[in-house]
Amino acid sequence: MATLQSAVVGRAGPPPPRRPRRSWTGWGFVAPFALVFALVFLAPIAYSIYLSLFQDRLIGGTTFVGLDNYQRALDDPEFWEGLGRVALFLAVQVPIMLGIALLVALALDSGRLYGKSFFRIAIFLPYAVPAVVATLMWGFMYGTRFGLVGDVNDAFGAKLPDPLSPDLVLASIGNIVTWEFVGYNMLIFYSALRVIPHSLYEAAEIDGASQLRVITAIKLPAIRGALVIATIFSIIGSFQLFNEPSILQDLAPNAITTSYTPNLYTYSLSFNGQQQNYSATVAIIMGLITMVIAYIVQLRGMRKGA
Amino acid sequence: MATPTRTAARTTRATGPRHAPPPRLRTPRRQRHSLARPRRSVPLTLLTGLVVLYTLVPLLWLVISATKSQEGLADSFGLWFGGDFSLWDNVKETFTYNDGVFTRWLLNTLLYVVLGAGGATVLAVLGGYALAKFDFPGKRVVFAVVIGAVAVPGTALAVPTFLMFGEMGLTNTPWAVIIPSLISPFGLYLMWVFATEAIPAELLEAARVDGAGELRTFVQVCLPLLAPGMVTVLLFTMVQTWNNYFLPLIMIKDPDWYPLTLGLNSWNAQASTAGGEPVFHLVITGSLLTILPLIAAFLLLQKFWQSGLAAGSVKE
Repeated sequence: MATLQSAVVGRAGPPPPRRPRRSWTGWGFVAPFALVFALVFLAPIAYSIYLSLFQDRLIGGTTFVGLDNYQRALDDPEFWEGLGRVALFLAVQVPIMLGIALLVALALDSGRLYGKSFFRIAIFLPYAVPAVVATLMWGFMYGTRFGLVGDVNDAFGAKLPDPLSPDLVLASIGNIVTWEFVGYNMLIFYSALRVIPHSLYEAAEIDGASQLRVITAIKLPAIRGALVIATIFSIIGSFQLFNEPSILQDLAPNAITTSYTPNLYTYSLSFNGQQQNYSATVAIIMGLITMVIAYIVQLRGMRKGA
Repeated sequence: MATPTRTAARTTRATGPRHAPPPRLRTPRRQRHSLARPRRSVPLTLLTGLVVLYTLVPLLWLVISATKSQEGLADSFGLWFGGDFSLWDNVKETFTYNDGVFTRWLLNTLLYVVLGAGGATVLAVLGGYALAKFDFPGKRVVFAVVIGAVAVPGTALAVPTFLMFGEMGLTNTPWAVIIPSLISPFGLYLMWVFATEAIPAELLEAARVDGAGELRTFVQVCLPLLAPGMVTVLLFTMVQTWNNYFLPLIMIKDPDWYPLTLGLNSWNAQASTAGGEPVFHLVITGSLLTILPLIAAFLLLQKFWQSGLAAGSVKE
C-alpha cells in the first residue's frame, strides 16, 4: 500500500515549475489586485488593531488604553458564551455536513448510481440559493403558523417540538447551514476524486482489494488535500456564523440574543451600541482564534500519513 | 511505480501460454463490471436519493408556496397546492408593491454583480496569470499574504472597513458594496492553478520572439486559453455578490440602494414591526424570483464550471 500512496502523492503534486526570467513585468498584472487587496484587507486589519488599543471615554475623549480592551473581552461572559456556542456548532455540524458530502461524493465517483449527473447538480443546487432566502425559507417551514411543522402538527395531531425554541434553534441553524453547503463540499471532494489516476484502481483490482479497501487505501489518502481545505473553510464559516441567526432573529426573537454568536456580538456592539473599539477587539480575537485553529488543522491534516 | 509491471505480469498469466504475444498493458476489455465500469446499484441510488430529497424538498416548498395567496399560505398543506392559484398575481404584486421597489433592488443587485463580480474576475485573471507565468520580486510575499488573508474572517474586517469607508464618504453608496467585492482570494488561487496548466511556456516564448508586447500576448494568446477558468471564477464570484448580505447590511442604510437580499429581509421584518403590513406571500415569491437567475446560470453553464473546478483540484 505504501507504493500506491507514494504513487498518488507523486502524481497529484504540482509539476516542476519552469523558471521564467525574473523581472518587474509581472507586477503590471498583479498591481490592480494588490492595490484593491491592500485597501479592503490590509488597511482594515491595521485599522482594527489600531482601534482595539483605544477607548472612547466620556471624559477625555479617545484615549490609548493598551491591552485593556483585550482584557475586557477575556473577562466578558457574553463573548465566551457566543464562542462556546459556535464551537459546539463546529463540533457537531461540520462533521455531519462533511460526512454526508464525502459519502455522496464517493457514491457518485463509484459509478454505481443511476442518473449520476442529475444527482450531482440536484445536490449542488442549494449553493446557488442566497443565505437570506435559505434562512427565510427554512424559517417559514420551521414555523408553527404556516410552516411544515405546523402542518404536520395539524394533520397528525402530533406535537412536534418548536424548532425555533431556544433549546432547538442552534440545531435548526445547523440544518440550514448543512443544507446550503453540503453540495458545495460534495463537489470539492468529487472533483478531487475524479483526478485520481485510473491505473491505481486497476492495480488494486488485480490485488483483489475490496471496494472499502480501495476507498480507505487509495481514495481517501488521494483527496486528503481537498478534505483539509473543506475542513478549514467550514471552520472559518462556523466561527463567522452570522447571516442565519441574524435573519432568524425576526422569527425567533426570544431564542437568539444580540450576542448569540461572536460575529452577531461585534455587529451589535458597533452598530447598536456604538462601541467600535471594543467591537474591533472582539473581531481581532475571533480572527486570531480562527487562524490558529485553521493552521493546526492544516498542519495535522498534511502530516497524517505523509 | 512498480504498478504497471505488476499489471503486465498478471495479465500474461490470465491470457494463457507463456509464448503468447506480449499483452497490452491496459486491462483486458472482458472485465465489464470492474472498478472502472461497475454494476449500477439500486440501493445506493435510493440512499443518495434521500440526500436529493433533502436538498430539493425546500425548493419545492418554495415553488408551491409562491402559488398561494397570503391566506392560502396559512390554510393549506405546505407541500401541495392550495385551492387558489395566485402565482401570477403574486409576481405582479411583487413587482408593483411599494412603487415597484423590487425592480429597483433587482437593478441594484445587477449593478453590484456586473461591476463587483466582473471586476473581481478581471483582477483574479490578471493576478493569477502573473503568479503563474512571471517571476517577479516579492512574488512569494504576495502569495503568502493572500493565502493568509483567506483565513481572516470576513466579518472581522467589516467594522474597520465600514469606519474607513465612512471617513472616505463611501458608505451608503454603491461603491461601498462594489469595492470589497472586487477581491476574491479563491478566484486568484483558481486562476493561478488554471493558468499554470493551460498556458504552455513555449507559447509565451514564441509570442515574445515574434515581438509581441506583454499586453498583446496576454490578450490575444493567453486570454482564449483561460476562458474555462474565467467562467468558473465569474460564476462563483457572481454567486457571492448576488447572495451577499452582511456587506450591504452594514454599508447601506438607504433602501433605494438595497440589493435583493436586504430588500427581502426588510419585507420579512416588516411583519414584526408595529403597524407593519405582513407580506409573506411577497417574501416567498420574491425569494423564488431571486434564486431563479442563479439556478439557471448554474444549469446552463455546467460544462464550464465543472471542468474549471476539476482543473483547480489537481493542485490541492
